[in-house]
Amino acid sequence: MGLNTVSPDAALSSGLEKPGGPRPKRAKVKSMGAAQSPMLGAAMFGPAILYIALLIGAPFVLAVFYAFSDARIGSNELHYVGMENFRSILQSPSFHQAVKNSIVFTVLAQIIVIVCSNILAIALEKKFRGRGLVRFLILLPWVAPVSLGTIGWKWILDSIYSVITWVLIWAHLVKPYDAPMWLGQPKLAMASVILVHCWRLIPFSTVILLAGRTAIPKEIPEAASIDGAGFWRTLFQITLPMMRPILSVALLFGTIFTFTDMTVVYILTAGGPFDSTQTLPSLAFATGIQGSDLAAGAAISLFLVPVLVVIAYLMLRLASRTEGA
Amino acid sequence: MNKVLIRRFGRGVTKTLFLLFFVVLLAFPFYWMFIAAFKQNIDLYNVENNPFIFNLKPTLDHIKLLFTETRYVRWLGNTALVGALVVLITLLLSIPAAYALARLTGRWGERIGIGIFLTYLVPPTLLFIPLSRVIAILGLQDTIWSLVLVYPSVTIPFSIWLLMGFFKSIPRELEDAAMVDGLTRFGAFVKLVVPISLSGILTVVIFTFTLVTQEFVYALTFISPESNQMVGVGIPIFLVRGDVYFWGSLMAACLIASLPIAFLYNLFLDRFIAGFTVGAVKG
Repeated sequence: MGLNTVSPDAALSSGLEKPGGPRPKRAKVKSMGAAQSPMLGAAMFGPAILYIALLIGAPFVLAVFYAFSDARIGSNELHYVGMENFRSILQSPSFHQAVKNSIVFTVLAQIIVIVCSNILAIALEKKFRGRGLVRFLILLPWVAPVSLGTIGWKWILDSIYSVITWVLIWAHLVKPYDAPMWLGQPKLAMASVILVHCWRLIPFSTVILLAGRTAIPKEIPEAASIDGAGFWRTLFQITLPMMRPILSVALLFGTIFTFTDMTVVYILTAGGPFDSTQTLPSLAFATGIQGSDLAAGAAISLFLVPVLVVIAYLMLRLASRTEGA
Repeated sequence: MNKVLIRRFGRGVTKTLFLLFFVVLLAFPFYWMFIAAFKQNIDLYNVENNPFIFNLKPTLDHIKLLFTETRYVRWLGNTALVGALVVLITLLLSIPAAYALARLTGRWGERIGIGIFLTYLVPPTLLFIPLSRVIAILGLQDTIWSLVLVYPSVTIPFSIWLLMGFFKSIPRELEDAAMVDGLTRFGAFVKLVVPISLSGILTVVIFTFTLVTQEFVYALTFISPESNQMVGVGIPIFLVRGDVYFWGSLMAACLIASLPIAFLYNLFLDRFIAGFTVGAVKG
């Protein structure tokens, strides 16, 4: 697990070890200590489990319940309406657009992120002067609050004062009166959302892949290069296959972070123009909270569940496979 | 021999170019915040000027405006308070739970541990609608207490997971020795295991605090009054009045709030990553 940062030796030498302690007695207690105490265990993890059950489990059940009701903000009455919410959602063009966008944004962002972060991880692997600073700068998008980073992008992509537009005009690539509206034209707005997701995820993915690269024994790629395998061959036939578990981790987390994210879309475009950048979470917010239709909002957000279940399954398989190794 | 050297040199140059490209791409928005935060408005809003440099003298006006005429300081205070309380709740619940799952429950503990880790994957965007009703019924709407209540549900699962790894790395013999000396199992946990796990606990503190500052969906949903906001929502939503963006102050606000959080998170990053990788890296 790589979490071995505790130094038990230090604790031992600081007087916890009783020199000359009776050997036989110690052996006896050892078997006692190894015995488990389920009662104490339950008392110790009970409160945390209860908290999680009440604040994750119960709301989830409530979400399912709402999805089959006519719950609205400001009304205390609830009726069972069967599949009515799902029927009307499935007929709405906004919903179709949101499903399509959620999938397109997630898939495109993951492809770009995996390619870029592999390049970055290779470039960052060897130590060099100033590596710490470079790492800090590269990590900024991930470690700074996402809503604040996104507002930075909103300024970069501003309709009048965009620096990208300024550079394009300066390079005579576009005319001032014909400048692109980065967040105002559907295709450009979609590209902008994907760009910001990639910008945020590349650092995260890079550090995960770096951890994976450093775990590969140096001898293996070296042996390959002595045997005459070039850079690309070593990369594709040795390094990447060996990194498969870690690549999966980066990919699975990246998928969750993009697919369930609302912050980037909400701040950058609020789903616009004309629903062109709407995703499932942002549509659920617009419908359920802003539009007061809790039931429909809950029903929309439930469409996130299948993807989450698949990811959870893949994660479990990954965990059990590496556990045995 | 020469060929090898040339190739190696070429590879070094390629690497440096790639690094340069990504550093510029990834850090640029923060450089851009910095420039905007100190630019005079007539410089900032003139498309004829070169936007990359200060064409006029830098100014502190935006920062003054931010601290005197907005609720920025209040938001920072709210965020710090919520952060501290959530850290406290998270520690109280996750430290004993992690120890119990690492030591006392055997094979079952392992399974429950992985189950708890999976709840970390449940996103706020799935739960914010029902939770908004729960918060309203509890009478916590529009107060920061709603966030104090809900945020631990996001931070506890990952914290338990991180701490389990820590506790497992402590040799059992240590606790056995303490129990020979007359401590109970729980006593050994409080007096021995917790103190030597301080670095793991600190990791959880930083993880929890930064997560509180980064969260957006719950804060946006539960709280509407401007004065009760957290920085993450206050800046992008309330520093914009109508359609007027005060870009200078906005960028200053982002930069000032981001950098300390980024710095803290960066210090502990390697440990968070070890938690994320679920044992896919043997370290």
